[in-house]
Amino acid sequence: MATFPRHRLAAVALAAAGALLVSGCGSDTGAEDGKITLTVDVFGQFGYEQLYQEYMDANPGVKIVERGTGGNLDEYSPRLTQWLAAGKGAGDVVAIEEGLMVEYKANPDNFVNLLDHGAAELKGNFLEWKWNQGLTADGQKLIGLGTDVGGMAICYRSDLFAKAGLPTDREEVSKLWPTWDDYITVGERFKAANTGASFLDAATNTFNTIVLQTAGNAQGYHYYDTSENLVVDSNPAVKQAWDTTMKIINAGLSGKYGSWSEEWVSAFKQAKFATIACPAWMTGVIEGYAGPEAKGKWDIARVPGDGGNWGGSHLAVPAQSKHQEEAIKLAKFLTSPQGQIGAFKTKGPLPSSPQALEDPAIAEASNAYFSDAPVGKIFGEGAKTLKPVYMGPKNQAVRTEVENAVRTVELGQRNPDQGWQDAVNNAKKAAAK
Amino acid sequence: MALQLDARPPVTPTPGRSRPSRVGRLSRIDAKYSPYLYIAPFFVIFAIFGAWPLAYTFWVSLHDWDLLGSDPDFIGAANYTQLLADSDFWHSVVNTLGIFVLSTVPQLLLALWLANLLNRQLRMRTGWRMAVLVPNVTSTAAVAIVFGVLFGREFGMINWLLDLVGMDGIEWKANRFASWVAISTMVDWRWTGYNALIFLAAMQAIPRDLYEAAAIDGANRARQFWSVTVPLLKPTIIFCVIISTIGGLQLFTEPRLFHSGTNPIRGGPLRESQTMTMYMFENAFAPYYNFGYGSAVAWLLFALIAIVAAINVLIIRRLGASARPPEARRKGGSR
Repeated sequence: MATFPRHRLAAVALAAAGALLVSGCGSDTGAEDGKITLTVDVFGQFGYEQLYQEYMDANPGVKIVERGTGGNLDEYSPRLTQWLAAGKGAGDVVAIEEGLMVEYKANPDNFVNLLDHGAAELKGNFLEWKWNQGLTADGQKLIGLGTDVGGMAICYRSDLFAKAGLPTDREEVSKLWPTWDDYITVGERFKAANTGASFLDAATNTFNTIVLQTAGNAQGYHYYDTSENLVVDSNPAVKQAWDTTMKIINAGLSGKYGSWSEEWVSAFKQAKFATIACPAWMTGVIEGYAGPEAKGKWDIARVPGDGGNWGGSHLAVPAQSKHQEEAIKLAKFLTSPQGQIGAFKTKGPLPSSPQALEDPAIAEASNAYFSDAPVGKIFGEGAKTLKPVYMGPKNQAVRTEVENAVRTVELGQRNPDQGWQDAVNNAKKAAAK
Repeated sequence: MALQLDARPPVTPTPGRSRPSRVGRLSRIDAKYSPYLYIAPFFVIFAIFGAWPLAYTFWVSLHDWDLLGSDPDFIGAANYTQLLADSDFWHSVVNTLGIFVLSTVPQLLLALWLANLLNRQLRMRTGWRMAVLVPNVTSTAAVAIVFGVLFGREFGMINWLLDLVGMDGIEWKANRFASWVAISTMVDWRWTGYNALIFLAAMQAIPRDLYEAAAIDGANRARQFWSVTVPLLKPTIIFCVIISTIGGLQLFTEPRLFHSGTNPIRGGPLRESQTMTMYMFENAFAPYYNFGYGSAVAWLLFALIAIVAAINVLIIRRLGASARPPEARRKGGSR
């Protein structure tokens, strides 16, 4: 009997050693029939498949392998951080979401300074604020080249709107909700029609949309001010967004499907909600989750309130890459105006390059899945005048706490006042960690 | 060689004398140290994968260590003092212990009962014995994901069944006790059969004549079970309890994959089922990347396991020491 634990331990040790060997082989980016293999790490839908093929055709010495499409940002970012901390395992080109950019910029030595590799001349290819997001505070190092911006819209199911006796045409739907209060009124009408579906997916998504819009239109920051002080409790934009969200919850409009959860995905499939806050990159997510059977049932209307931006990413090259020069070349290609247009055509992420936004391929683009909605026009117009929101050092952790507080109210675990207290206290705690 | 040396003893006396003594010394060394060499692989592997990470984690826990930062600052025990005053940490300790008790107690009782059944004359006995192990060979991740779906609020099968019998659905993922029950179910489904087989092996080692003697003394089956089987299983029960303790207190995959969506590492909006290992991960990795603080959690987890294991052993020793099981336990028995 005494041998049991030892066998177990030995087996575990062997398994661990085996796993190390396997992963050691897996991350080997060595040449294969004389080719260089470049690994690209992404999350969600970047829409690069076509571009890889194009790039490989033009550069026969390069083979591109992508990891992570369809994955969740919450799972991707810790993995990336571990790879960077371990000095091993990261791809040659990695995607960084804007909310996490400040954290990665705090330790810029983990990445190649793209300014040392002739990136400075590309500045004009990007919206100014997008370029600056990739730049360290002292302006000496550029760790990321912009891929997409989020923009803001509302995606809705026209079949459910028809069932509820609401207009289905996107122009008319847009006119229904000039403000968030109007959006709530429409929601109440929808709810009264008893379609069996909720008006919106989750209050957290709507809250994030409202807070980014309100903050962008006001001071240009939400949880942190531009001097990196935590201002969750004193920033009127945050409280205003909170109060609007509470009205949505009180009206019973939310389906409470925790965003990115399995239930959320099921709710997409079963048409359990009618509207969702919809940055450009969300269109690819909806298409992926709602599936081909919902093609033509979705449409896109303008967002209540005035514009806004949610999300968008950068591509960076980790310093640990063994093929830095090749990786930089690929990153430049993927973020070039042509690359951004290609990605947009495949999966819909909105370009961060003014040239691409003005290109007819974008400006006149429509999306067949969304009932031929003119996505280029809907998202593109707002993108050029978009007012970005500054993201502070612990933005992701603070955002998590505030959204969790929204979630507890939505689920009825807390009343709005308790929820707000939780949001403020937990945000402070998170920022101090 | 030896013959040649023997043939010319006077010519080379010095090497002849020294050689046997060197061989002798070597063989003494051999006899004395080679057993250590034979068991060395285990200890070398343990040192690399067990002891070294343990020591290194402790070293890290004494620093303000940003996972991506370059120069961690030595801050002594500050992480530990902060942690001991951290309500979220104690919340996770309570969750861990709650889930541990809720899963381990029924699991071991059920395993004991199963083992007792399997120890009888049954048709297809080997088949049954193999069958109880099947849940254990499925991947934990798959089990957790399937159970996560079963216990869904709106699309889950459990709530659908509750609805069929006219009960309100339960918010399995955002209700503290309900999420503990759901996760314990997962753990029990996987580990009951495994423990049953270990109990069964031990039961088969109990001599039959003890049962015959008990039967002659008029003991019925239940009495035989509590007065003969259970006391003789004491060492096995201690083993199972300790292994379950270590596993139960390190519970991670089940509760982590039970929750999906944004930031599942919290284990629910109010951390309803966040275990200590999840809290460790949340701090050491996303979203805090505070490696020092996470390491401090890891060490306190280690301390907690040691304490709980010691308490286990004490309780079981005391139970086993009393010759007759208390009346209450007979009533609590399976039949």
